Amino acid sequence: MRYLPLTAADRQAMLNAIGVASVDDLYEDVPLAARRDGLVDLPTGSDEMAVEQYLAALAGKNQTAERAPLFIGAGAYRHHVPAAVDALIQRGEFLTSYTPYQPEVTQGTLQVLFEFQTQVALLTGMEVANASLYDGATATAEAAAMAVRVTRRGKVLISGGVHPHYREVTETTLQFAGPAIECLAPDPLGLEDLLGRLTDDLACVIVQNPSFFGRLADFTLLAQNCHALGILLVVAVAEPLSLGLVTPPGAMGADIVVAEGQSIGNSLNFGGPGLGLFATREKYLRQMPGRLAGETVDVDGRRGWVLTLSTREQHIRREKATSNICTNSGLCALAFSIHLTLLGETGLTTLAEINHAKAVRLADRLATVKGVRLLCDSFFNEFVIDLGSVPADRVVEDLVARGILAGVPVSRFYPSFPELRPLLLLAATETNDDDEIDRLVAALAEVL
Amino acid sequence: MSQIQLYFTPDHEWIRVEGGIGTVGVSDHAQQALGDVVFVELPALGQSLRKGGDAAVVESVKAASEVYSPVSGEVVAVNQAIVDQPGLVNQAAEGDAWFFRVALTEPTELDGLMAPEAYQTFLRGLG
Repeated sequence: MRYLPLTAADRQAMLNAIGVASVDDLYEDVPLAARRDGLVDLPTGSDEMAVEQYLAALAGKNQTAERAPLFIGAGAYRHHVPAAVDALIQRGEFLTSYTPYQPEVTQGTLQVLFEFQTQVALLTGMEVANASLYDGATATAEAAAMAVRVTRRGKVLISGGVHPHYREVTETTLQFAGPAIECLAPDPLGLEDLLGRLTDDLACVIVQNPSFFGRLADFTLLAQNCHALGILLVVAVAEPLSLGLVTPPGAMGADIVVAEGQSIGNSLNFGGPGLGLFATREKYLRQMPGRLAGETVDVDGRRGWVLTLSTREQHIRREKATSNICTNSGLCALAFSIHLTLLGETGLTTLAEINHAKAVRLADRLATVKGVRLLCDSFFNEFVIDLGSVPADRVVEDLVARGILAGVPVSRFYPSFPELRPLLLLAATETNDDDEIDRLVAALAEVL
Repeated sequence: MSQIQLYFTPDHEWIRVEGGIGTVGVSDHAQQALGDVVFVELPALGQSLRKGGDAAVVESVKAASEVYSPVSGEVVAVNQAIVDQPGLVNQAAEGDAWFFRVALTEPTELDGLMAPEAYQTFLRGLG
């Protein structure tokens, strides 16, 4: 059956109803200079093979993360994803399955979500985790909203070490929801005084570990001080692989842990989709946003899984729901879960150690270049270097011309902070071999 | 000695007023309709309530429902026992399983509520 969206008569009836003469009239707000008369000058047509070859040649001009020496992190990380992950998530039972509202026909999907939640809780050091949210940024916004619900307070404090995207999404999401949000200035040196800013009208403090600038911190003392004032501590994690080595936020006393799960099991995918991880303490379970799979038994006493605590969700509790989130990133969560299962506890630690060792090697080698200063020596697989009087965006462009994706100029995220222009954020993972690192260091020495 | 007065709302809350303080809970009819209560969320001490506004949440295995304040006033006590043991609401809805106490600021608001007999008539009308 052909799909005919509308006929000429339908179109005319709609134009009559809204009182315009033609479809073109709908574009009257677009300046004439920006409109094109007629079609773009395209060739009349080619055969399929010729089109494929032409487009492949165009695509070949891209400097992709797959092929180039890549040191870009800043919230999305290139890691090796085992072939088994893609093979398994493409099974029809997973790939095309819908929301598991009917437990009697969706035990596989539900069990996956349950295992995923268990992994997230273990990884973050927390008691409960949901079946995932969209990404690290929306998860951070949900954490702030949850803290406001739990504490019934109206102020949120965001550290300058939090990923600027997470901060912006939190501000956007909550802008009409009531709470006042205070964001501290970007803090590459870890100098901000959070302890001195704690007041008993704060719902939560949001920090990130490692910070956006790669800096590792121990938030135990901050957690204790927050709790003394009834403030919840939210810890965001942009690179969850770090949890293979670093003390998890739960062990530091975090009340809510949010993370971007992309770096485990998921490719860069041109920037998305992401995978939001969300974990908290059991006492806050009913204030947690999102879907939750739970373990139970059937009438015969056999182990099974169901969606549980749905009364918190908007399909039942309507406008009083904990959140507008009414889905989860099922396939990305599955990929995360499979990769983590393949790694196992030992494999996760080993992979984290390799990442850290690569980053240490990169930092040590960069430190030998004249004009480069390492900003902080407590990092996982990402850190900032200071190029002195040289703007980092210029250096990155020069290195792109040499086929190297050298990292992210910090000023790209903070255009209104000129003092950050010499700062370059670089990440190294198991995918960066020593030859790539040597090429970067040699090229950097040339362009500085 | 002050007089004790008991009233009900069309939303199935009850309020027992004594000396300007109202104790609020949900009716036995409400707990039966809800089924097994598994979670209760209470207002904060000192919170200012207005008549008909959200005051508490009662969640059963079937649904989550708001508990509205029958009167305006300030919360002076909450019943931690039903937070710790939500099942009490099913056992003693109109007794020990009260939700919160409120210091009335507009006692005339009571005039719009139903006496126990009127509430029973109201329930029969719901059929």
